[in-house]
Amino acid sequence: MNPDALISSVYVCALAAFLGYLVISRVPSLLHSPLMSTTNAISGISLVGSIVTAGAQHSRLSTFLGFLAVTCATINVVGGFWITERMLRFFHKPPAAKRKE
Amino acid sequence: MSHYFAEVSYLLASILFVFGLKGLSHPDSARRGMHLAQFGMLMAIIGTLLHKDIVSYEWIIVGLIIGSAIGGSIAHFVPMTALPQQTALSHAFGAFAAALVGVSEYHTHGGTASHFTLGALGADVVLGSLTTTGSLIATMKLQGWLPGAPFTFQGQKVFNLALLAATVGCFGWWLAVPSAAVAFYFMAVLALTVGVMLVLPIGTADMPVVMSLLNSYAGLAATATGFAISNNVLIIAGTLNGFSGFILSVIMCRAMNRSIRNVLFGAFGQAAESAAATGAEPMREISLDDTAVQLAYARQVVFVPGYGMATAQAQHAVHELAGMLEARGVIVKYAIHPVAGRMPGHMNVLLAEANVPYSLLCELEAINPEFPSTDVAVVIGANDVVNPDARDNPGSAIAGMPILEVDHAKSVIVLKRGQGKGFSGLENPLFSKPNTGMLYGDAKDSLMRLAEAVRAA
Repeated sequence: MNPDALISSVYVCALAAFLGYLVISRVPSLLHSPLMSTTNAISGISLVGSIVTAGAQHSRLSTFLGFLAVTCATINVVGGFWITERMLRFFHKPPAAKRKE
Repeated sequence: MSHYFAEVSYLLASILFVFGLKGLSHPDSARRGMHLAQFGMLMAIIGTLLHKDIVSYEWIIVGLIIGSAIGGSIAHFVPMTALPQQTALSHAFGAFAAALVGVSEYHTHGGTASHFTLGALGADVVLGSLTTTGSLIATMKLQGWLPGAPFTFQGQKVFNLALLAATVGCFGWWLAVPSAAVAFYFMAVLALTVGVMLVLPIGTADMPVVMSLLNSYAGLAATATGFAISNNVLIIAGTLNGFSGFILSVIMCRAMNRSIRNVLFGAFGQAAESAAATGAEPMREISLDDTAVQLAYARQVVFVPGYGMATAQAQHAVHELAGMLEARGVIVKYAIHPVAGRMPGHMNVLLAEANVPYSLLCELEAINPEFPSTDVAVVIGANDVVNPDARDNPGSAIAGMPILEVDHAKSVIVLKRGQGKGFSGLENPLFSKPNTGMLYGDAKDSLMRLAEAVRAA
């Protein structure tokens, strides 16, 4: 990585950290479990790196490692999003909103 | 051309991830946000499949299919009470993938990359490895395959510090001599060991902090991968996850009155050994019928769930009893402590699963002023989070931890399996207060019989 690319990556990282702080500190404790499983699924984005590793055919070993990585990352992504979906389906509005008034 | 397509898809994915997380600021917008994030992930995957370096697709497709099948079926069939185990396992898989990418990258390009890239690669492998084993240990503890109690031995801290120092040493050696594969693999193995040693000394009651921390490490591993293969979407997604985990750890620490440093050095889980309050006063047992009458004629009832509710699978029974009370005009609320359960927000999910509307799930700050005007507080399998010692006794092991002040309610009913001390091993003076009644037995069973008795009252 050349110095220019490095600096722009550091910029990206710093801004993402700032943005993450702003967005995530607004999540209510009610939704902390879905938050954790969502961010977990999102960080399965290393799938992107795994795919390139598995498909580039540098060597047999790297293809195998890539295949293993694709499998694991997919478990992470699919499992994380699916369980979040299941959880969020539970959270619904009180059906008796009118009863309260 | 395809290169630009990939970059555009990554940019789109990054934006969608942020929007997805923004959706989580309210339960009504959460699902839409989630779908945006899923779409973002799909875009990123499609964009990557068009990458110019990819010459063969067979292994990618096989991996995607196997992974989807395993991940999907685990997530589909796991009961919500086992949510913490599932999440910890998912962390392990994600971190392992990140570590594997790092290893493969090193194997392919050897030590020819710049020092900075190598540094990122090393950080990726170290964080990925230790998160993998740490999460696996956490999964086993949560699942009960390993004893939940803290595992400690003489000189543990020195040993762990030495292990950590050795890992860092290997890292340094490898950076100095990038062609030394021995150093690289030795570093990976040491990091795997660090992960095990990091989580073993931690008791299950402290799992919310550990889960958040592992969440954060898994994200940081992805960030490091992003730096190593200069891919911005990895950097962004990893940083978002790293920060989210970090913020959650801070919230959890605050809710247990522990410092982050205390957590980072794994010094906890041992506090329970001190503070042996002897001469406990007798506890007053209360009968099921008396409880039912108290509940039926109350004006306001607050349920306080803890991990005991999850182990007894009692969330549906709670909701049934609550429905019975509401039908009689009783105001019912739920008080959720931030660290109740085994992961952040665990109790909220379980109660929501039992159809409790989220507007009745109250946070600590919101519900505490309401206890003095509450007639009956029903504690279901919670212990430390309602222990008045945390507030009144500066010598207590949990002194200063914010608690749900159920002892201010006019009457307290504690549902408990037996007379034991519970997970932390601490005495709980709440149980021997004059306005506390102990209702022994399986929580689910007791609640179902209470619902029957209230119906008859």
